[in-house]
Amino acid sequence: MAATTVSPVKDREDILIEEQGFDDHFHDHHHGDRFQSNFIMKYVFSMDHKIIAKQFLITGMFWGLIGAAMSVIFRLQLGFPEESLTWLKPLLGQWIVVNDAGIGTLAPEFYYALVTMHGTILVFFVLTAGLSGTFSNLLIPLQVGARDMASPMLNMLSYWFFFLSGVVMFASLFLSTGPFAGGWTAYPPLSELPQASSGSGAGMTMWTVSLVLFVVSVLLGGINYVTTVLNLRTKGMTMWRLPLTIWAFFVTAIIGILSFPVLASAFFLVMCDRGLGTSFFLSEIFIGGQALDNVGGSPILYQHLFWFLGHPEVYIIILPAMGLVSEVLSVHARKPIFGYKAMVYSILAIAFLAFIVWAHHMFMSGVNPFIANFFVLFTLIIAVPSAVKVFNWITTVYRGNIRFNSASMFAIGFVSMFISGGLTGIFLGNSAIDIQLHDTYFVVAHFHIVMGVAAFFGMFAGIYHWFPKMYGRFMNETIGKIHFWGTFVGAYAIFWPMHYLGLAGVPRRYYSFELFDAFAHFDNMNKFITVAAILVFLVQVLFVVNFFYSIFKGKLVTTKNPWGATTIEWTTPINPGHGNWPGKIPTVHRWAYDYGKDGKEFVSQIEPLAAGEVSDGEGAHH
Amino acid sequence: MALTVTENTTNRSKIDSKKLALLIGCASIVMMFAGLTSAYIVRRAGGNWLEFRLPNIFFINTIVMLLSSVAIHSAYIFFKKGNEALYKGLLVLSFILGLAFVVLQYQGWLDLTAIGVELTGNPAGSFIYVISGVHAAHVLGGLAAILVAMIQAFSLKYKVTKKRKLRFELTLIYWHFVDFLWIYLLIFFLSQQ
Repeated sequence: MAATTVSPVKDREDILIEEQGFDDHFHDHHHGDRFQSNFIMKYVFSMDHKIIAKQFLITGMFWGLIGAAMSVIFRLQLGFPEESLTWLKPLLGQWIVVNDAGIGTLAPEFYYALVTMHGTILVFFVLTAGLSGTFSNLLIPLQVGARDMASPMLNMLSYWFFFLSGVVMFASLFLSTGPFAGGWTAYPPLSELPQASSGSGAGMTMWTVSLVLFVVSVLLGGINYVTTVLNLRTKGMTMWRLPLTIWAFFVTAIIGILSFPVLASAFFLVMCDRGLGTSFFLSEIFIGGQALDNVGGSPILYQHLFWFLGHPEVYIIILPAMGLVSEVLSVHARKPIFGYKAMVYSILAIAFLAFIVWAHHMFMSGVNPFIANFFVLFTLIIAVPSAVKVFNWITTVYRGNIRFNSASMFAIGFVSMFISGGLTGIFLGNSAIDIQLHDTYFVVAHFHIVMGVAAFFGMFAGIYHWFPKMYGRFMNETIGKIHFWGTFVGAYAIFWPMHYLGLAGVPRRYYSFELFDAFAHFDNMNKFITVAAILVFLVQVLFVVNFFYSIFKGKLVTTKNPWGATTIEWTTPINPGHGNWPGKIPTVHRWAYDYGKDGKEFVSQIEPLAAGEVSDGEGAHH
Repeated sequence: MALTVTENTTNRSKIDSKKLALLIGCASIVMMFAGLTSAYIVRRAGGNWLEFRLPNIFFINTIVMLLSSVAIHSAYIFFKKGNEALYKGLLVLSFILGLAFVVLQYQGWLDLTAIGVELTGNPAGSFIYVISGVHAAHVLGGLAAILVAMIQAFSLKYKVTKKRKLRFELTLIYWHFVDFLWIYLLIFFLSQQ
């Protein structure tokens, strides 16, 4: 199979596109250098959605490694507080304090900075930009049948605002006073008073600037995604024929457009408090025996504004993963997705509920308990659409002809993680139980499993599945499976014990538990968690190696549709050029999930309906 | 292989993509102000709130802004009708009125300071400064768009093309949007007094 010459023999898909496709005269005129020859325009300031997707992905991987390495460093402190960390001094410099005996320990201020940066980086840079930025860019034009995004220019800007935001955040890591250290939620007064901690000065200023740039990036991207899905679908691609990936990206973008501006306004008020001396979030504060001038502000107000984004943000992270998993499970189980419409409606229901549950992050912040009741109710209602989705994923793979490969295993792993993490959400959604559990390791375990690990599993499923479309090669399956089992077992090994810590009341974000006799017997558990975290980190390094190795040396893709999938990105050439389809744009005739229909293994979306045949998954036939 | 062609209408371009993108962008700006004004409501309900009357200049302001909207809309109509002189004149007028709005807004802030409502005092005052300030920044963005439209109006040969019509419409939509936004904010401030 060494020969990779393009054979002149046309397959059925090519003939279908030629005979039925939509001719938009895209290739009639030359598109100029900006898309073809010039290296800078092709790979750096690219306006091709496929390249931009790769930029988002690789930048996200860079940040993923940094964020994960940070967690390993603070886990070393938690698991092995007596061991010397002097060997980290070349990397961390002044933040490793070496005592007279030559034992180096992590400076407490830097521990908080690492925890804060780990959260910020993973939530925004990796699981928002790296996940939805990558796959919305790659798949929206390819799966709806468009030449590119509605505005390739805004799309390019979206990436470069993200890049700039990353540069500012990265630079803040090297400040002599350290990066921001007041937690990724940046609650005032920690985030507003430079006297509060060393990271609250220049570190916080750069943190705010970075995140405002990030909000701009998300908005530019989101506006593009929504416009493209609404306006650039190919002929025959009705909304009810969209693959679930696109539904997920579409709704995610809408949530982002509606919630990120509120975060921006919160940051704007923080900037006013910091720079102009207003008192939106500050009131009656004494620092070092001195009363500050600020009177009349309310720190709770910030929490309302922050969590009005913060909660939808959870779904901005998890919905794309859900979309990817739905698609990957259906393709590799060789079965139609179970309950397509129920999947779409549950995405919409989750998106709606996402906006009316934010105060469940504030049960212990002094929110009126009667108002808290409403938030408990709406929070628990989210279990309903979530359960619908879980049920549908399980019924999709049930009695399927499952191909066990890296992509499908990560997709199945996602469902496992989502169930485990979702169930503990029911505990935390109750304001009464939250009195005991808030700010403990139970919360850490819950959100890491349900939106951290689960979202990563969705992302990995997507990367293994669409890698052939991105690079024309496969990733190594053996390393992929090691990656899966290492991550799956390792992630449970890290986070399962944390539930016990949390139930026992061990608080999160503490630098040391030395002074607490009640927690002394958890020392070994903390060691165990740290060892597991190190192993999981190493397995991720293996994944990154596999990724870059496979770009150059992976097994070549020899057919256009290696997975036997129905969606139209697999009707493009193995290495699609600018404009995705070399000739006409394909016309779509049916939904995306015709697997095992009428004795055929799969039927592509571009296959016309037979006489009397009705496309599934749609309401009234139109 | 004979393949029957089935009927299928195209979904594309019911509304121009640029226009749709602008409207979605406006929705996100609306959310930003919704965030700011609901913060105002929540904070006000918390007590310790300074009560004061809005300076009259904020009403004069509103009229200026409305006139600017009327001017640019008329400019658009004359642009389509082929009346080049009125199109250019009204476009310039809308720009001047928009600029006047920003200047008057600044005067309004000076008036607020004069009656003792300062930026850094009670949040009741800070909110007025900051919310109207963020709005003024969005007006400046609109003025930049009108400036570009003016440069094109005077440097390019007058011609009604689809592309230029669309460009004008985008500027027009955004300008009306910041106008309505201001009217919402004014009604909001008045309703809270």
